[in-house]
Amino acid sequence: MVEELGSNTEGDLIINVGPQHPATHGVLHLVITLNGETIKKVEPHLGYIHRSIEKMCESLTYRQFIYVTSRMDYLSSHINNHACALIVEKGMQIEVPPRAQVIRVLMDELTRIASHELWWGAMAMDLGAFTPFFHAFREREAINEIMEETCGARLTMNYMVPGGVLEDLHPDFQRKVKEFITLYKRKIAEYDDMVTGNIIFQNRMKGVGVISAADAISYGCSGPTLRGCGVSCDIRKIYPYELYDKIEFDEVLETAGDSFARYMVRIREMNQSIRIIEQLIDNIPEGDVQAKTKAVLKLPKGEFYQRVETARGEFGIFIVSEGGTNPYRIKFRSPGFSNLSALDHMARGSKIGDLVAMMGTLDLVIPDIDR
Amino acid sequence: MWSFSNIADTLHTWLHNTFNATLAKFVEMVLVGVCVISLFAVLGLVLVMMERKVSAWMQIRLGPNRVGPKGMMQSMADTLKLLVKESMTPDGADKFLFNLAPYIAMMVAMLLMAPIAFARNFMMWNLNIGVLYVSAISSVSVISILMAGWASNNKYSLLGAMRSGAQIVSYELSAGLAILSIVVLTGTLNMNEIVLSQADGWWIFKGHIPVIISFIIFIIAVTAETNRAPFDLAEAESELTAGFHTEYSGMKFALFFLAEYVNVFIVCAIGATLFLGGWMPFHIGHWDGFNRIMDLIPSSLWFFGKTFFLIFLIMWFRWTFPRLRIDQLLNLEWKYLLPIGMFNLLLVTAMAILGWYF
Repeated sequence: MVEELGSNTEGDLIINVGPQHPATHGVLHLVITLNGETIKKVEPHLGYIHRSIEKMCESLTYRQFIYVTSRMDYLSSHINNHACALIVEKGMQIEVPPRAQVIRVLMDELTRIASHELWWGAMAMDLGAFTPFFHAFREREAINEIMEETCGARLTMNYMVPGGVLEDLHPDFQRKVKEFITLYKRKIAEYDDMVTGNIIFQNRMKGVGVISAADAISYGCSGPTLRGCGVSCDIRKIYPYELYDKIEFDEVLETAGDSFARYMVRIREMNQSIRIIEQLIDNIPEGDVQAKTKAVLKLPKGEFYQRVETARGEFGIFIVSEGGTNPYRIKFRSPGFSNLSALDHMARGSKIGDLVAMMGTLDLVIPDIDR
Repeated sequence: MWSFSNIADTLHTWLHNTFNATLAKFVEMVLVGVCVISLFAVLGLVLVMMERKVSAWMQIRLGPNRVGPKGMMQSMADTLKLLVKESMTPDGADKFLFNLAPYIAMMVAMLLMAPIAFARNFMMWNLNIGVLYVSAISSVSVISILMAGWASNNKYSLLGAMRSGAQIVSYELSAGLAILSIVVLTGTLNMNEIVLSQADGWWIFKGHIPVIISFIIFIIAVTAETNRAPFDLAEAESELTAGFHTEYSGMKFALFFLAEYVNVFIVCAIGATLFLGGWMPFHIGHWDGFNRIMDLIPSSLWFFGKTFFLIFLIMWFRWTFPRLRIDQLLNLEWKYLLPIGMFNLLLVTAMAILGWYF
């Protein structure tokens, strides 16, 4: 019985990976049971960066709670903010001006690219290649500069507010984004040369961390993790929000379900994001960037749910409103938490080095898992 | 002409004329010891600096550039920091083995310097079994790693040490076979004679494709033997934090670190000696003018130039490739490198018997 559950038997080596470990990219704590180099069990322990964000949100007004969500998945703060803005707009039936809609989508996609850039560098570093990290940050820096000019922040943007966006775009925005697109197209080939095409890299990724579509669904995986198994789950396609039903882009699917499939999904997603940006960058309509809203926002009594596609998967907000100025109960559905839960399933029977590669391809952001 | 061997000869004659034979011998030994230790330290500083600059160039950054001219004193500052840092011995560690391991690592690196021909007729120990000596001593380094990993009483260290043991023991075979192919061609184990046999051309040019294959196998195997990326599984930082030296700090860590770099230097020096002609200048057939100009460059410069070229290659690997997994690493050795190496050795032997080389 103990054997079946994968519990510790005598002679097993139990290692604490984290909370301070170079591969966990944060304060994730994994308790690994090893037999030699082979993994028998992975048990994630959470709670090291728990800030009770949900409880905090319940005591904040609908204008204020957006700022807290930037601190959850800090690599896609725009998209988190976007979800918050959307749920308030949905509840109060606020019409967002077309200019603000385009700006929001542009920011979302830039965020997605920036997030995937960082993931790419960090994942290569997990596999022992240090150099891609710096190359990834070079391109990410270009996006951060664009963000800094318009939003005044580089990480926790707090740019999207109910009814639109906080401020108008910086005058340089269009020029800089176009410059970034040219830079990106030149550099993506470099990425393929340096990492994707590398034989050692491919051997490390292919056939590793395989998860079947059924298992991935039952663990609640979303985003590139599930799309790597060939399941269509892009919220932008299935439950389109904002402008996504009017834009041309492909949902990226791979079928292998291994680490390499997840890797390729993300790399190809960056190209799709570039495609979206190219469609919108010359077509930003003139007009207001924020709808006229009441000074005090009050959601009507009821339950609201809004989902968006972040760089890591489906991010959902569930609000129970009593009709007051702040939510009665708020619940976030973070993609990282569900993706992490599949790690044990993927990792059993593989080597320690593979565990690191799997964690890399799951793209875990710990403050997102542990709110 | 000014050269290392002249200086050594002059010093030798002067010592023997001034003191009696025993004292002269003793002074010479002390001098050689001092030379080894200072070379060890200088190499450590230079190579660490080189690694940081090379990695910086590859990673589109500047690298150290504040301490001293162009940041050249950075390694000195780092050494100073490591010297004054507390050297901890963790609780529950085997204190004797824990403290002994770094010294063994360093000692191995120092011993390996003995039979290397640094310049024309200049070596510490003109050993007639030089190549054999090098392969024998270099395998001792695995003991220091196993010792460090076991004595640290840390699971990461233990895993790192186990990996390292498997790795070094396997890759030693390939390195040995690659070295053997040159030994077959030259018929000698003496480093100096191997260099002398390349007077009319380096083995990598004279030996056709089989020697080039040996050279490639040698470079791969020594990269693995010195635990350098992409074979740095023993200290895989993203998996095992720092592997076998997780628990080491201060000067004890520095000794491991230095030993690694000096080992890299030594294996590259051996590679340069065996395949690239050691201190032998580059000559092209009957271009006498060109050859004479090449002869003007001191032999020590030739040796260090070739060695540092190989070191650069190994650093290049480190900063470009991802790391292999342990089973892939062993597969590469036992399924590919070793059979190729063995077959290649047969080819080289046939070539040597039939005289099919220049």
